[in-house]
Amino acid sequence: MWAYFIRRLIYSIPIMFGVALVVFTLFNLVGGDPAQMMVGKHATAERIAAVRAELGLDQPLIVQFGDYLKQIVTFDFGKSYTTREVIREKIWNGIWPTLSLSIPAFFITAFLSITIGLVVSYYRGRWIDRFSLVLFVLLMSLPGLAYILFGQYVLAHQLHLFPISGYSSEWPERINYLALPVLISVLLNLGSDIRFFRNSMIEEINQDYVRTARAKGLEEKWVYLKHVLKNSMIPVITYVVIQIPYLVLGSILLESFFSIPGIGGMTVDAVNNSDFPVLKAMTTVISLIYIITTLFTDILYRLVDPRMSLGKRG
Amino acid sequence: MAKRRGLWGQAVQRILDSKVALGCILMILFFLVVAFSAQFLGFAESWNVPIAGPYVEPGFGRGFKFLLGTDFLGRSVIYKVIQGTRVALSVGIVTAFLSAPIGIFFGCVAGYFGGWIDDLIVWFITTLSSIPSILLLIAISYTLGRGMTAVYIALTATSWISLARILRGEVLKHKRREYLVAAESLGATHANRIFKHLLPNVSHQVILSMSFMIEFAIRSEVLLSYLGLGVQDLPSWGKMIDDAKGELSAGRWWQLTGATCAMFLLMFAINVLGDYLRDALDPKAGI
Repeated sequence: MWAYFIRRLIYSIPIMFGVALVVFTLFNLVGGDPAQMMVGKHATAERIAAVRAELGLDQPLIVQFGDYLKQIVTFDFGKSYTTREVIREKIWNGIWPTLSLSIPAFFITAFLSITIGLVVSYYRGRWIDRFSLVLFVLLMSLPGLAYILFGQYVLAHQLHLFPISGYSSEWPERINYLALPVLISVLLNLGSDIRFFRNSMIEEINQDYVRTARAKGLEEKWVYLKHVLKNSMIPVITYVVIQIPYLVLGSILLESFFSIPGIGGMTVDAVNNSDFPVLKAMTTVISLIYIITTLFTDILYRLVDPRMSLGKRG
Repeated sequence: MAKRRGLWGQAVQRILDSKVALGCILMILFFLVVAFSAQFLGFAESWNVPIAGPYVEPGFGRGFKFLLGTDFLGRSVIYKVIQGTRVALSVGIVTAFLSAPIGIFFGCVAGYFGGWIDDLIVWFITTLSSIPSILLLIAISYTLGRGMTAVYIALTATSWISLARILRGEVLKHKRREYLVAAESLGATHANRIFKHLLPNVSHQVILSMSFMIEFAIRSEVLLSYLGLGVQDLPSWGKMIDDAKGELSAGRWWQLTGATCAMFLLMFAINVLGDYLRDALDPKAGI
């Protein structure tokens, strides 16, 4: 187990380096002059030069890349260009609001979609299955923005069921503010999740061992509960687990519409303000968190299912 | 045994047999026709011309251009929806046709050659997919500057990855099959073996991936437009829905409804057709 852990850890170092390389290439090589983008079109040459010096953009590229790697290792990304906040603290403060929206939404979605997927796949081919398939494709075909606007306008503005937007740092109040975004987030993901679960359960039903179980005279209900259920949980759990790293990112649209001060909303602000250092740091940090979370979920997975091994990946 | 048809022949037959799938194809064709004919019927430019005062309510009485009312500048909303269709479809189609060859190339080469080439490509794929696609999308379109070309490049850069990964897996499965060994013993070159023998056997994955790419591209265009990183001087569904967030509280629902319905119908058709395609191309189904 420890050998696996260490191997997996070493394996993720080149990936982290790759992410740094891609982000650096994007932000420092491909793009136009970031200093120019930040100060706007009408800035004086001295002003641009000052910003370039502040960001270290006047250094040779290799030095810039070295600085960037140092930033990653020391986790010190400097200050936001617009608000002058320390970026590390900004991201740290943003993670909690994001998680308090994404974690409840994640668990509710997983619970509902697995339950509904089970029921629907049991009644496969009958009207309840057909009806719900149509319904869930309808749900997932609507644009996310439409859900948000409808929810805010009808449920919050007209019916006063929820606050229109806002956030509270205290706990009982926070639930009040988070209820509607969580509901929308669940609705947004429910359709595709249920469809995936239904299909993977039905795939399991078509396996040979199920035919054997039926052939030996087992009642359909027990075939389903004893055999299909257990085996179909493998793709289901995998599907749920691979979503975990995305929890940190949250939802850009939901956070910005509901004024939740999380990572997603910060991304929107950074884009709107052309806050180059924040955007670069954010992309880096979220990707690194993503890699680390994937690492841990892989290891957890390995603990649960010993058949998985590093060699069989991909 | 009935007359044997290939995978594709069977798939086409299954699609044509299903009224729902045919309906979806017709719907997608309808959108394509609308988008292309807009150019010839003169809608292409007239979306930007005010036809009446701001916020005229929709109605049937005053002709086609008032069908969905007007926006805050008095421009016809239905013309904007049609223009938005062109933007959405071009983003979807261009992305799919740009990323498919890239995905095919890297996926096939990695799976086929293995060794350090495979390691390198897998490293690259894993690296890119470690950056959440939304952030990668934003980062690319931000650094390339706003506009259509940046959107194409950003979407292509994020879309080819999953196809390459899927194809690599498929190619690994096929690599040791007899037909490839036979081709090798007949002296077929690497390129010949990959593109003439291997690719046709995994091509259904390409078609499926492309339908996902189109859907992902159209959805992402809406998000990028909302962030102000999307298409700049043309109306797009994302921009229209975004505009509508202020209009809704004043009871002006038509711009939101127009763009949402258009996007919904197209997404629905693509989703359902994608499902039918997957079933139709599944060799295990319907024996």
